[in-house]
Amino acid sequence: MFKRLRYHIAVFFSVIGPGFITAVVDNDAGGIFTYSQAGAKYGYLPLWTLLPITLLLIVTQEMCSRMGAVTGKGLSDLIREEFGLRTTFFVMLALLGANLTNVMANFAGVASSLELFGISRYITVPIGALIVWLLVVKGSYASVERIFLFATALYVCYIVSGVLVKPDWKEAAIYSVRPVLLFEPDYIKLLIGMVGTSVAPWMQFYLQAAIVEKGVSAKEYAESRIEVIVGCVVMTVIAFFIIVACAGAIWSVHPRDIKDSTDAALALKPFGNYAYLLFCAGLFNASLFAACILPLSTAYTVCEGLGFESGVNKRWNEAPVFYWLFTLLIAIGGGVILIPGFPLVRMILLSQVINGVLLPFVLIYMTLIVNRKYLMHGWTNSRLYNAVAWSAVAIMIGLTVALAGISLRDISG
Amino acid sequence: MQDNLFFTELVGLKVYDLKGRKLGRVRDAAIVPLVDPYRVDRFLLAGGWAWLTVRHDQVRTINLDGIWLRDEQLTPYHSDDYMLRLERDLLDQQIIDVHGRKVVRVTDVTFVKTLVDGHDVLRVQEVDIGLRSMFRRLMQGVAPRRIVRRLMMPIPVNSISWEYCNIVESDPQRRLRLNISSEKLEAMHPADLADIVEELGPSDRQAIIGSLDSEVAAEALSEVDPDIQASILESLSEMKAAEIIEEMDPDEAADVLAEMEEARSGAILEEMSDEPAHDVEELLEHDEDTAGGMMTTDYVAAPHGAAIAEALELIRNNVEALEATNTVFLVGSDDQLTGAVPIARLFSQDPATPLASLQAETLIWVLSSETKERTAEIYDKYNLVALPVVDGSKRLLGVITSDDVIAELRSV
Repeated sequence: MFKRLRYHIAVFFSVIGPGFITAVVDNDAGGIFTYSQAGAKYGYLPLWTLLPITLLLIVTQEMCSRMGAVTGKGLSDLIREEFGLRTTFFVMLALLGANLTNVMANFAGVASSLELFGISRYITVPIGALIVWLLVVKGSYASVERIFLFATALYVCYIVSGVLVKPDWKEAAIYSVRPVLLFEPDYIKLLIGMVGTSVAPWMQFYLQAAIVEKGVSAKEYAESRIEVIVGCVVMTVIAFFIIVACAGAIWSVHPRDIKDSTDAALALKPFGNYAYLLFCAGLFNASLFAACILPLSTAYTVCEGLGFESGVNKRWNEAPVFYWLFTLLIAIGGGVILIPGFPLVRMILLSQVINGVLLPFVLIYMTLIVNRKYLMHGWTNSRLYNAVAWSAVAIMIGLTVALAGISLRDISG
Repeated sequence: MQDNLFFTELVGLKVYDLKGRKLGRVRDAAIVPLVDPYRVDRFLLAGGWAWLTVRHDQVRTINLDGIWLRDEQLTPYHSDDYMLRLERDLLDQQIIDVHGRKVVRVTDVTFVKTLVDGHDVLRVQEVDIGLRSMFRRLMQGVAPRRIVRRLMMPIPVNSISWEYCNIVESDPQRRLRLNISSEKLEAMHPADLADIVEELGPSDRQAIIGSLDSEVAAEALSEVDPDIQASILESLSEMKAAEIIEEMDPDEAADVLAEMEEARSGAILEEMSDEPAHDVEELLEHDEDTAGGMMTTDYVAAPHGAAIAEALELIRNNVEALEATNTVFLVGSDDQLTGAVPIARLFSQDPATPLASLQAETLIWVLSSETKERTAEIYDKYNLVALPVVDGSKRLLGVITSDDVIAELRSV
């Protein structure tokens, strides 16, 4: 009995990585801004959305990791096999566009978080880009994953800074479970934003590819599922502390809109230098981390779907398309941050529009594939799970499309 | 110039009967590998309410404008396990490029058109995987075929000759019906085969390893990541797994079995013949992280008093054990290690010379309980090729060879 438990724990640690990393990277520069904004403007009120967000995240992520473990193939591979080249091509094209703008947003996060320390972006962005590039080009999958896991540990910054602000824990606890709906356009827009950004197309591709690369088998899947769930919960816990920190520091003093995440960090200053520094460090870590994962994941996915050689364990001349894509995503994503007057905000809104258009396809293809018996054998969704999955997919699609609509209006407006 | 046609062009072609009436459009084409692995045997067309089958000998001409038949006796399509349908079974699927030694994804198929008995026959020439074929796929049905042909000219070609393609099919029955043989795979280097196996999904891995000759399977499997090794072997029948494991080096066999759940590895050991099973069981006694866990029991040992001739005889009977080492060990009456003789020295003297006089000046060994790290250190320090492993009373248990040490160093 004890021996079996020990076996399961050992397996758990051998599968740790993909689910954790994917969920935590979801709190990238864009996510942190959304949560900071939520806390700054509405305090503890929006906390209740975190619970449904976690559930939606778990349902969508679980299906991908299961597909990866059972078929041993990436999501783009499966879309190609099941829906053909043309479909795959357009999905990949959209993914490339969405992720490129996402990389930009995260390099912007790197730049602004370090500018608070007085370091110019003309130094930090090129160095950050170079570090990210070297890490992946010179590293192996195992070493890269180890560094990523270490980076996920640094998210603890947010938890500490949240505690240092000394928010009202009782309020936070109550509003975590009490849904509050204000019929105020800004509030609804914010809720849509919170849920809409929580599941992004790249995550589905990254998670499944990482599960495959890790070699998780159907037999180890029980442990892998726990890992995915724990990852999603950790992501929510971090989001909770970001909201709470901003609620305690900004909303309780004077509710207002914030310009960007650094604006939120500055507001933490009166609560001690540590709270402020940790918030900045957290933002820097999250941005750099996402700026690393996104290009990597994109290069992987696109190459896999279109049939080019890919993988960090391959050399440059073995997988040229993979490495060039990765390099260009970083070069362009980091480069535009250095162009004065570059319309970054518009690009980020555009990214949300593309995400909103792409996500429905990805989620629908995914749920269709996970139900194909000849691929999944005994691992298809049960009828009940399918009901949950399809409703989750429908909710996600509805909110993401709504967010895309809002973003589209903001771009033109 | 050869008269080529691409599958992307074939799909959607209009099919006309003897009087020039349109019957429908081509939806798919099929090869029947048991009859002819190259010829397009059937064209499947959708016309009206059902799919129809056109046999290759019912066709008169095929060109970019359409297909004209010479016989109108078409039969309705019914699914047939002997058909390899190009659209359904080949396009966008993974196949093994035996020549390039990698797994590739099919984008398009190139046919060559030949005239047989006065009518056109399509034969599969190549499988296309490059950008040009991708362009064709994207433009399929968007622009006229002739314009697509002209536009794609500047894009480089990337194709694999059909004879080098090995289809991946996980259902064993269907493998037989499609006449998929493992010969081409078995001719590859085991290390390349291992890379290919690692790249495929679990069910395809199992199918490939399961269909290979046990000896080749064992060699390839030895090169595969240990986790994957175990999961592949667990999925095969116990008998097949036992056959493969028997062919593996005892130390590698022990490593794989140690990765599996006990019930499963026990059942496999049961299936194995006595001698290899016994060797492996002995190895399984040792902790994985010690010298005992690294060693193999495949070695050559001669009695301490033996002469060269006797040693040569022993070697002849156990050539495999010497593939990775260069040493004959000398043992006393109770299997106690007394010396080591580099094989090269056996050839420099008269066959009657006693082995003991040729032994290496210093005898290095490790205890089976020694840690892996320390073992690797000793191996490196004395520049050894074969390091003997002994128990507490210095009885020879096994030998550590360079592949064991390299595997250990690489895993750190």
